Amino acid sequence: MFFHAKRIIFLGFLNIWRHRLRSTLTILGIVFGVCSVIAMLAIGEGASFEALEQIKQLGSHNIILKSVKPPSSESVNTETNRMLEYGLTYKDAERIKNTVPGVEVIVPSRTIRANVTYRKKRVDVNVIGVVPWYLQVSNQKIKKGRFISILETDDHKNVCVLSSNSARRLFTTESPLGKDIKVKSDYYTVIGVMEGSGVATQEAKTGDTDLNLFIPLTAAKSRFGDILVNRSSGSFSMEKVELHQIIVKVQEITAVMASAEVIRGVLKRFHKDIDFEIIVPQRLLEQAERFKRNSNIVLGSIAAISLLVGGIGIMNIMLATVTERTREIGIRRALGAKKRDIIVQFLSETVLLSGSGGLLGLILGITIPFLVTYFADMITIVKIWSVGGAFGISLLIGIVFGIYPAYRAAQMDPIAALRHE
Amino acid sequence: MSIVEVIDLYKEYPLGDHTVEVLHGVDVTIEQGEYVSIMGPSGSGKSTFLNILGCLDQPTQGKYYLGGTDVSTLDDNDLSDIRRERIGFIFQSFNLLPELTVVENIQVPLFYQGTPEEEASERAADLAGIVGLGHRTDHRSNELSGGERQRVAIARAMVNDPLVILADEPTGNLDSKSGQEILRLLDDLKEQKKTIIMVTHDEEIGRRTERTIRFKDGKVLTGPRMPAKSL
Repeated sequence: MFFHAKRIIFLGFLNIWRHRLRSTLTILGIVFGVCSVIAMLAIGEGASFEALEQIKQLGSHNIILKSVKPPSSESVNTETNRMLEYGLTYKDAERIKNTVPGVEVIVPSRTIRANVTYRKKRVDVNVIGVVPWYLQVSNQKIKKGRFISILETDDHKNVCVLSSNSARRLFTTESPLGKDIKVKSDYYTVIGVMEGSGVATQEAKTGDTDLNLFIPLTAAKSRFGDILVNRSSGSFSMEKVELHQIIVKVQEITAVMASAEVIRGVLKRFHKDIDFEIIVPQRLLEQAERFKRNSNIVLGSIAAISLLVGGIGIMNIMLATVTERTREIGIRRALGAKKRDIIVQFLSETVLLSGSGGLLGLILGITIPFLVTYFADMITIVKIWSVGGAFGISLLIGIVFGIYPAYRAAQMDPIAALRHE
Repeated sequence: MSIVEVIDLYKEYPLGDHTVEVLHGVDVTIEQGEYVSIMGPSGSGKSTFLNILGCLDQPTQGKYYLGGTDVSTLDDNDLSDIRRERIGFIFQSFNLLPELTVVENIQVPLFYQGTPEEEASERAADLAGIVGLGHRTDHRSNELSGGERQRVAIARAMVNDPLVILADEPTGNLDSKSGQEILRLLDDLKEQKKTIIMVTHDEEIGRRTERTIRFKDGKVLTGPRMPAKSL
């Protein structure tokens, strides 16, 4: 049979239009359901994207070892010696290199808080003493110039590479390359500038993070020494820390977890106190992803409930519509409409109703994340699958909740329906 | 060949715990091109009979041949097909779809036949012209007078070129002037050799037809071929 889909859809729209107010109220449930699915997912995606991106910056092949002040020894040592010695050492780096299999590269570094001046500009930065192969473990790239070379490291040269934020703070218009900047009491020549980190996080935009300055690790050791002096009101403390951080890059991504355990074992043997921590970005990533999955399930359940309620509302109205249009059903049956034709008519009307609710919800659901990004300055990501899925579900709801009213309409006795007033 | 052949027809309805027999043993034969009226007091079974003729209802017992096909045993689906292709209905209360225009109302049966839309609306517009509504084809049916509505219904009953047109008190809801117009239209259909079966209360209208079948207590009173005029 030639199928008048166009005509049936037109008739459906006509009926929806004739009961504008009722139709609008009916589909509100679906509108809000679909809208909240898309908007909440977009905001959630944005938030977790930021988190995941930050973790990814740490590198999934990497194991990060950090020196931490051991909490137990603090009170004892500071009072007696006034010198606190803790943390990772050059020896640790050496041991890991020699005993842990499958290590691709080891990047030790020191971080010293210092202020940097260029002409009249003064910025507090993290001076990081690094090795030339630092870029192998970091996701950062050089934007201008070059990174520290092996030769410069061997010679303890006073050269430095600026992070993009530090460069922006110190140099407004001129090129930083080749300029000499003053770090504490020494002058360093700028040889390169790094690219900004890929994520446009809130903090990164304001430029308070990522204020770094990279110098050769050897230079850091000879200019600043191993002892850091902290002077604050009334108190005075010294810390001896050889390395603040060691990044171990493992060749095989599958070996990261096992290697981390081996490293822990190696370090424990030579450290009395737990004065280090081991961060495995891969594990963080897994945790973040698991959290995201769970929150998606919760979100999906809430959305499912609101869509279910919306569907029941639609079914309710369609049942009323069927009763209201008993006479019409009788006329159509008398003129030769089969039960199937009646089912198609009412079912398509229900699907049109829920589908227009879905469409409206979709438009709202895409607009809201856009507004959130614009006004609240949050990253939001509207996933195509969430848009398509939510709309598809709204159509599905039309079918599921439309079947019973349509069936009721089709089961009517034509003679009784014709007599219905 | 007889268009309608009804043999020993019975119809009973369940009512509570017993059954009511509405028709018992009806035999009627109607030939191609006949204009027949069905008369009888309320409750005589003539409406039930018309419903069965229109394939809206089925007999409990007996045979009904429409255009040579035994339709007394068909299922709901096939009965819909028969209604759509072989029967034209004219109701007392018009039974148009109020939100549709004149042309759209006329082409409803074609819609279910799957006739291409252009062809269907062309045919519907032609028929609207024939029943004298050529100037109001785009009006919604709830903007029309009773007489005009019934004319739309007649056009709709003709649109599928049916074997038989069934009219259930077509003038019952009309003033006498509009009623006369409708009867004149039915006369025209008769001239075109259409088979028309009309239920009516009005003796005068009955006399306009070629033959009257009288029902009483679920049975046919007069002989099946006795002309109404001779009564």
